[in-house]
Amino acid sequence: MGVITKMDGREKTGLLRIFGNRAIMAAVSVFVIAGVSASAVGCGTTEKNIEEIPTPLKDTLYVYNAGEYIDPELIDMFEEETGINVVYDVFETLEEMYPVIEAGGVIYDCVCPSDYMIEKMLQNNLLQEINYDNIPNIKYIGEDYMKMASEFDPGNKYAVPYTWGTVGILYNTRMLDELGVPYPTKWSDLWNPKLKNEILMQDSVRDAFMVALKKNGFSCNTENPEELDKAKQDLIDQKPIVQAYVIDQVRDKMIGEEAAVGIIYSGEILYVQDELEGTDVNVEYAIPEEGTNLWIDAWVIPKNARNKEYAEKWINFLCRPDVAAKNFEYITYSTPNTGALELLDQEYLDNKAVFPDTKELLKTSEFYHYLGQEGDALYNDRWKTVKSS
Amino acid sequence: MKNKSSRYLASPYIIWIVGFIVIPLLTIVYYGFTDKSGAFTFSNIAEILVWENYRPLYRSLILSAVSTLVCFLLAYPLAMILRWYKIGRGSIIVFIFILPMWMNSLLRILAWQTLLERKGVINGILTAMHLPEQHLINTTAAVLIGMVYDFLPFMILPLYNALMKIDDNTINAAYDLGASFWQVLTKIMLPLTVPGIVSGVTMVFVPALTTFAISNMLGGGKIYLIGNVIEQEFMQDSDWNQGSGLSLVLMMFVIVSMLIVNHFDDKKDMGRGGVI
Repeated sequence: MGVITKMDGREKTGLLRIFGNRAIMAAVSVFVIAGVSASAVGCGTTEKNIEEIPTPLKDTLYVYNAGEYIDPELIDMFEEETGINVVYDVFETLEEMYPVIEAGGVIYDCVCPSDYMIEKMLQNNLLQEINYDNIPNIKYIGEDYMKMASEFDPGNKYAVPYTWGTVGILYNTRMLDELGVPYPTKWSDLWNPKLKNEILMQDSVRDAFMVALKKNGFSCNTENPEELDKAKQDLIDQKPIVQAYVIDQVRDKMIGEEAAVGIIYSGEILYVQDELEGTDVNVEYAIPEEGTNLWIDAWVIPKNARNKEYAEKWINFLCRPDVAAKNFEYITYSTPNTGALELLDQEYLDNKAVFPDTKELLKTSEFYHYLGQEGDALYNDRWKTVKSS
Repeated sequence: MKNKSSRYLASPYIIWIVGFIVIPLLTIVYYGFTDKSGAFTFSNIAEILVWENYRPLYRSLILSAVSTLVCFLLAYPLAMILRWYKIGRGSIIVFIFILPMWMNSLLRILAWQTLLERKGVINGILTAMHLPEQHLINTTAAVLIGMVYDFLPFMILPLYNALMKIDDNTINAAYDLGASFWQVLTKIMLPLTVPGIVSGVTMVFVPALTTFAISNMLGGGKIYLIGNVIEQEFMQDSDWNQGSGLSLVLMMFVIVSMLIVNHFDDKKDMGRGGVI
């Protein structure tokens, strides 16, 4: 009798052990995954380590760009024309890209970040000067844009503009008509209680705070705690009427009529309008009166790049008017390439949302600047409060 | 079994355990107890006392507790029915309940997104029936539904296994002695399935407590859980020290809740042994 009881007990604990262990493993794996990536990125921060990594294929160019940010045919075209093999990797956010370049775990020859991130990379000495002798097509990049780029890259030594644009409000005219809400022209229109569950906000610190700061007439690069607190309070007040904080999904949700207004990058408008062509859905884009964030994405060459010449060939290729025009038609993000503009349909050029008057814009709008670790913390801490409340 | 050469067979697992569990865990501990300059500090741990961090943790605890309870209430009757009809492990019905586990859980959550959206399947049916549209997505309820759906199989399986192990004679004997169904359930079935309940509860509670994907996809970034806080620390703020510190705190909560549940199980086991 006693033996049977014992066996019975052991069997049950055995069963428990199997499942119990699996539960523990499931719990631990969350931390482990984070840990693995931590240790993977954590190693090799010194230059000595970088040299120890075996050299890759000689005829290969390593490119790192944001997702869905090039016409994939162009990569094939480049490979055919030059015989250079391209390894093309993508990142989702710049914050995700930065530690990869900094740690040098994977070495890229050419990267395409935005203005403030280029500023940060420059400050941390992660970039090398571009040899413009190898990029004759630089002459096609409009002077205005080079001048704008000099704001984060003084003297235009490190970055070649690739795309540019604004952040603004995309709205569905029919849905707003039904709600009886006038079309938005200002950021403060996004605090209208009638828009409950109709607003898609950007789920990124700087963009969300830019909206609230500009609404109050502050700079979107402010480091004044009082101004930031005011913006934080506005964002908290707005939260109950916001439907969701999303990034890339704004585009698809607007196409699917999930919401009436969404904050979006100007490059997405043509895509949305193309998708909606032939339907009775009409969306428009407004650059708010208070001013907005003006941005430039540009190609840079990391300090540890192994194939600088290939990288320059790549940049030169992308600056070629026919290439830039073809790329614009695919990604629909405004191009700074004057040669390409001549090749594009007038219909595109007349679209004030895609090609706004930069001189007019610069009166109220700003680029983001890298604020340093402490400046970033001012924003990040407050953003956490907004998200937690 | 006991000769030396067979011991070397274990070495790949040792490498696995050290390389993918022990070292990363120690890395987390290291980051958790140091600041950006590498000096020792408790501040990353103490950060949990800040409203912005304990509020999401509290929310996570509540949501995971509720989803565990709902899973249990759904799974137990189902497991009893499966037992009642003597549906074996190989049967199609059991198979169907386990099937979702073979699919990527993010895909399953994505499917819920299309169901709950404003122009989604559920609202489509409501509109077709001339009923008003409902606001379903990006609410706490949506996150809860996602958790329950995602983790339900992990509750069903251990409960089913535990119930199938109960000898029919035990239950019949109870009925013979005049026990009502309620008495059989509370005095026989539930106590005998405690190990299964414990497994099920841990397997649902722990992933629900640590999730950030479900709240992101079905909560629209509005339902901020402790998993989201840690994700933001790592991915957006690139503050690994802070993220690791909060991960350690969360780990403590997981361990403590598992200890409580397991302790409950041990006591029952001992009690039963004594009675018999």
